[in-house]
Amino acid sequence: MTVQAHEGVKPARKKFMTLDFHTLGPLLALIALCIFGFLLNPAFVSEGNITNLLTRSAFIGIIAVGATFVITAGGIDLSVGSMAAVISGVMIIVMNNAIGTMGVGVHIVLIGCVASIALGLAAGFLNGFMTTKGKIEAFIVTLGTMGIYRSLVTYFADGGTLSLAFDVRDVYRPVYYGNILGIPIPVLAFAVVAILGWVLLNRTAYGRYCMAIGSNETVARYSAIKVDRVRTLTYVIQGFCVSIATIIYVPRLGSASSSTGVLWELEAIAAVIIGGTMLKGGYGRIGGTVVGAIMLTTIGNILNLTDIISNYLNGAVQGVIIIAAVWLQRGNLTTLSPFRRKRAS
Amino acid sequence: MQLLKKIAALAVGSAMALSAPAMAQDNITIGVSIPAATHGWTGGLNWHAAQAQARLQAAHPHINIVLVTADGPAQQANDLEDLVSIHNIDALVVLPFESEPLTDPVRRVKESGAFVTVVDRGLSQDGIQDVYVAGNNPELGRISGEYFLTRLGDGDNIVILRGIPTVIDDERFNAFMETIEGSGINVLDHKHANWNRDDGFEVMQDFLSRFPDIDGVWAQDDDIALGVIEAVRQAGRTDEMFVVGGAGMKEVIQMVMQGSELIPVNVLYPPAMIATAMDVTVAHFTSNGPVTGEYILGAPLITPENAEQYYFPDSPF
Repeated sequence: MTVQAHEGVKPARKKFMTLDFHTLGPLLALIALCIFGFLLNPAFVSEGNITNLLTRSAFIGIIAVGATFVITAGGIDLSVGSMAAVISGVMIIVMNNAIGTMGVGVHIVLIGCVASIALGLAAGFLNGFMTTKGKIEAFIVTLGTMGIYRSLVTYFADGGTLSLAFDVRDVYRPVYYGNILGIPIPVLAFAVVAILGWVLLNRTAYGRYCMAIGSNETVARYSAIKVDRVRTLTYVIQGFCVSIATIIYVPRLGSASSSTGVLWELEAIAAVIIGGTMLKGGYGRIGGTVVGAIMLTTIGNILNLTDIISNYLNGAVQGVIIIAAVWLQRGNLTTLSPFRRKRAS
Repeated sequence: MQLLKKIAALAVGSAMALSAPAMAQDNITIGVSIPAATHGWTGGLNWHAAQAQARLQAAHPHINIVLVTADGPAQQANDLEDLVSIHNIDALVVLPFESEPLTDPVRRVKESGAFVTVVDRGLSQDGIQDVYVAGNNPELGRISGEYFLTRLGDGDNIVILRGIPTVIDDERFNAFMETIEGSGINVLDHKHANWNRDDGFEVMQDFLSRFPDIDGVWAQDDDIALGVIEAVRQAGRTDEMFVVGGAGMKEVIQMVMQGSELIPVNVLYPPAMIATAMDVTVAHFTSNGPVTGEYILGAPLITPENAEQYYFPDSPF
């Protein structure tokens, strides 16, 4: 079957002189933001700052790639922030305990990573299974698991902070702070996840099934798509992305607590929507998600680089920029264009 | 059958309660209501509260302590009602989630005849509490500022990472700024890092790329300080500056004990203050000395010399 062009994608009118704002909107907003950042403080474009910025956006970015699948297929996952926190916590516990029997070394880190991926896949499957087979709304399922994971990490940490043993931290540190050919490892991981995500969503039958289910579940079912299986798998992909993000998050500070990953779910969903994916499902754009994630991090970064805006207004500035970016992305700029010919009604 | 037994037990219980004044030593129930362990400091608070509960109950067999934790102001208000109606408490030790919304619920506990001890966050009306135990936020700012004065002077640059925009944060910040005023120490900028490690890391990264010359960092809180340290390490600028946190987290105290150059001192804002409050409340029933009044704990400077007495390796904080 083929998926018809999404309703949000209007057929190109005159290609000539009209930019495709649906595709380029987020990127233009990001470029505008960067120019603004440079004007406020030239240190914005220093190599160190750009590296920090991209590295920092990797967590939300990787999670948001997974969220793109969930949202495209018409679901939502609110549990990702708590899931990241509990996976970080369990990883730290597993690694700390493994030292006792196996000694310090790279293998400890590998054990931690295996634990992380297993947990991520399981947690994602749980969300998906309860949504599809349990027939509970995704919002409720993931709201529930959000609370469960958040209290679990608090419980494991005894209300405090779980800290990775210092000797393992030295072995693990390069995963966040190291680089290959000058590119920080988290940025590489983000790029790889994004490319794989793009291929999966745009070049495989699975990706088309996700969009089909998101557009119209009933039609998808009649078209012999295994709706439940495809949808459950989107949550598993989400869980996998969370575990990858966790693997590069833990070496950063070597700790996890109940305040780890707070509100990451909203940031991930915001990144997805800023990027042009429809919140109601049916259409997803990985490229946009990547830009959206970088943009969210950039806003915070720019606010830290200047003192002309009161600290108390940080949230307001973020809000305005997010709304403006989505407004651009929805193609509203073209409607304001004086060159636009009125469409004959 | 079960129900009948329960009713019987209840009847016996209330009969005993009624006849209690006749006994030489009354059974006393103390309710302790505190916020749940949602971040490091409250984690320590919960741990110290549980420690004090076990210790006091063991020492005074006739004293029963009921410890409840709340996730928010509304739940804490419910908890207070339950403590009065179900446990019939003789005294309350409360660390209010927020001052405004809990003032009235605490007053109602007071009106039920209970002895009220308020911890850390004051109520917005006077005359309700019998005892007030608190850390000293302006003092924390002042002591930190004084330490900066001993290390830095005219023309030196510092950055400040603040907490969550609240009264506590303002008190600390304003006292610090007053203390260093006129010293010529230059505050490059101050940003909110929300008493959070990740935010501390990110804000500090940005400060580091923005300012080539930083001599000191006032992080005001140990969670922020730990994030700051990682950022400074990443930038390879550990020799250039020192970091002062606050609160007395065990990891940070340990670094101070080991004589760290990067984090030379700490300023105490102890979650163990809940234990002080519980001790004072119990003393009201057991001691012949008067206890009512205000207890403002000091915010001493923790140095390598005295760090050991503030180090609780078993506490989660």
